[in-house]
Amino acid sequence: MLKTRFAAQIFGLASAALLSAGAALAADPGAVIRVGSLYEPQNLDNTAGAGQGINEAFNDNVYEALFRLNDDGSVTPVLAEKHDVSADGLAHTFTLKSGVTFHSGEPLTATDVKYSIERVTAETSKSSRKKSLASIDSIETPDDATVVIKLKSKSISLPYNLSYVWVVNDAAGDITGKEDGTGPYKLADWKRGSALSLEAFDAYWGEKPANAGAMFSYFTEAAALNNALLTDAVDVITSVQSPDALAQFEDTSAFKISEGKSTTKQIMAYNDRVAPFDNVKVRKALARAVDKKMLLEAIWGDRGMVLGSFVPPTDAWYEDLTSVDAYDPESAKALLAEAGFADGFTFTLETPNYDPHPITAEFLKAELAKVGVTVNIHVITANEWYTKVYQAKDFQATLQEHVNHRDVVFYGNPDFYWGYNNPQVTELVAAAEASDTDAQQADKLREANRIITEEAASNWLFLYPQIVVSNTKTTGYPLNGLNAQFFLRGITKE
Amino acid sequence: MGRYLLRRTFVLALSLIAAGLVLFVLLRLLPGDPSAALLSVGADEAQIAAAREQVGSDLPIWMQLGKFLSDLARFDLGKSFVSGAPVLPEIMARLSVTLPLTVASFLLAILIAVPLGIISALRADRWYGGLLSAVSQLGIAVPVFWIGILLIWIVAVKFRLLPASGFPMKGWEDAAGAFRALILPVVTIALVMLASLMRYVRSATFDVLGADYLRNARALGASFPQALIRHGIRNGAVPVISILGIELASTLLGAVVVERVFALPGLGSMLLLGIQQRDYPTVQGVLLVSTLMVLLIGFLADVIQRVIDPRLRETVTGR
Repeated sequence: MLKTRFAAQIFGLASAALLSAGAALAADPGAVIRVGSLYEPQNLDNTAGAGQGINEAFNDNVYEALFRLNDDGSVTPVLAEKHDVSADGLAHTFTLKSGVTFHSGEPLTATDVKYSIERVTAETSKSSRKKSLASIDSIETPDDATVVIKLKSKSISLPYNLSYVWVVNDAAGDITGKEDGTGPYKLADWKRGSALSLEAFDAYWGEKPANAGAMFSYFTEAAALNNALLTDAVDVITSVQSPDALAQFEDTSAFKISEGKSTTKQIMAYNDRVAPFDNVKVRKALARAVDKKMLLEAIWGDRGMVLGSFVPPTDAWYEDLTSVDAYDPESAKALLAEAGFADGFTFTLETPNYDPHPITAEFLKAELAKVGVTVNIHVITANEWYTKVYQAKDFQATLQEHVNHRDVVFYGNPDFYWGYNNPQVTELVAAAEASDTDAQQADKLREANRIITEEAASNWLFLYPQIVVSNTKTTGYPLNGLNAQFFLRGITKE
Repeated sequence: MGRYLLRRTFVLALSLIAAGLVLFVLLRLLPGDPSAALLSVGADEAQIAAAREQVGSDLPIWMQLGKFLSDLARFDLGKSFVSGAPVLPEIMARLSVTLPLTVASFLLAILIAVPLGIISALRADRWYGGLLSAVSQLGIAVPVFWIGILLIWIVAVKFRLLPASGFPMKGWEDAAGAFRALILPVVTIALVMLASLMRYVRSATFDVLGADYLRNARALGASFPQALIRHGIRNGAVPVISILGIELASTLLGAVVVERVFALPGLGSMLLLGIQQRDYPTVQGVLLVSTLMVLLIGFLADVIQRVIDPRLRETVTGR
């Protein structure tokens, strides 16, 4: 559901951490890593609306993909041994690693890969990634070890997008209640409502994991999650919801608090189609009228960061744009006057009913009142948000958190809920996708991001911190947690 | 008694159907579409349409109602919108946590509250009688989650005597683990429950103490304890049993809070998650089963009262 999908997450893992962790002293290879989480998967299939919890438990642990999105944002091959692109950029040929078997014992073949990609692009798929694979025209399997993906248009992000596609045995059938992947762990047990356990897969094709398995315990109450770590019922918790909870873990001889870079951005999105938000000056004025540093401090203390745009530091096209519309209420008033709103105006802010949105809404109301703009806070549920704001686009402005990695491309889609429509940006986003090199892609998206920032397409408030807390015996877990992933294989426990 | 039981069963079935209808309508009055639970930002029109078809929200409401009722008649509570798993087996699995939790708390509360309530009435003039009364007053005022959090903090976090939360993955196969996991939640519920129960027992005892039949029994030569046990408890039990029925029912529903505080995979946490996710079949299923249990408890309380008190039986046959 929206709340869980948008909520702040923690996790990820640098390949470097993966390698170094294995060398930690006194690590117990028979240890089972006990993970506490708030994100219980609803089922075990990431294309069937299972929520982010399934990515946390299964990505790269139970299921692997042709590529992996690493904790630092880089993309490296996993099940793809070789990747060749034709001269016109429209045919991608992947040679599969040999000697890979599924947990059921069947060997990995090209038809499994084809089946797996088509699972995501299928009519019934609920995957949020479906659209990103829309450029695929056909998939061919000339032999067991070769997959050829033909594209309708060039797609530099194909390897990245394929990192979201689990490679599933084509004979597995319905995987909402079981699994058949190629990862270093297999599912040992799953108890709905409480826990999920994984154990190392003996016939894994790659290097053995540094532990014997993992046990994910699920909580609905953050306090219960924190207590579990305090009472040594879990080794590591994947999400800390508020800085207040961190005080309990200040004892550095027992606990370790790590802060990584999240991709979760809290924003006030305007409906850029409607007056007065179709006016760039109004949007810029509102961007300058809000002291975002103060807001971030009120919510997260000294953690997290102010972005000044929509792109977080783990995207290759990040740059610090906080100076474009820095906090300056005087110039905000001047801009409003230029736009014909010297006496201000009133608008309704659709505010999701869960943290931190209500607090943020109150803060914005106070800040904007200082420049003469009146905010009516309208509290809605996640479902209403989805129906009213996202689908019907019936709103003036709204608060929301966007968790996705590489999602600045949403501004290239004029039909997106916020309705930002600048053909130049749409073109840049399309051109970025058709790039020949990563550097070229980054340049185009950087340029697009500069334009949306100059036009204050939305009011980007701050980037959430990514906080993982563990006992001091446990090391080697991912810090940034891109795509909600929690790579287990490098985690060691004394 | 036979005719009475038959009539009561009929009323029970009717109440259940009425509850089902009310639930169905109330859930659909909520704004927003349940299909949103399956989707995320980035979903296209086709995905939205497919999700609506899957959860049935594309059908007109009367067709949804028809399907709901015909499924219900076959004891089919449907499949969860979100997980796709059938609701009824899931409810049964969750009951293996909620039922022991509720029943154990209830029994513990009765075991403590009845003697203490009687003592506090018999010895109302002594200091401990007054103290018991004051403590039970305090117990009523304190919210259940607060007691839970306090117990977790002292027993689990400070002294590490019992687990702070959770339930063993193997369930009751790991009986020792399951038992340990339930101790704190049971004590939490029992503490809150026994506070109010004690007050009822106390006032029922006061009523009995002032009753003519007790005085008469004494006059006929019975000692005070004999008179109290033979006549007093039986008479005092009648109002207490109807209170017990209500208390048991509210404990079952109150388990929602306690299960959340202790992260127990029971019916309450299932209901809460179902509400958050707008998972209609789950919410309907859990509420229907809880309604059924509440109705059954009321039914049993009535029957027991009739068994204990012949006057109630006569009233019925007299009609």
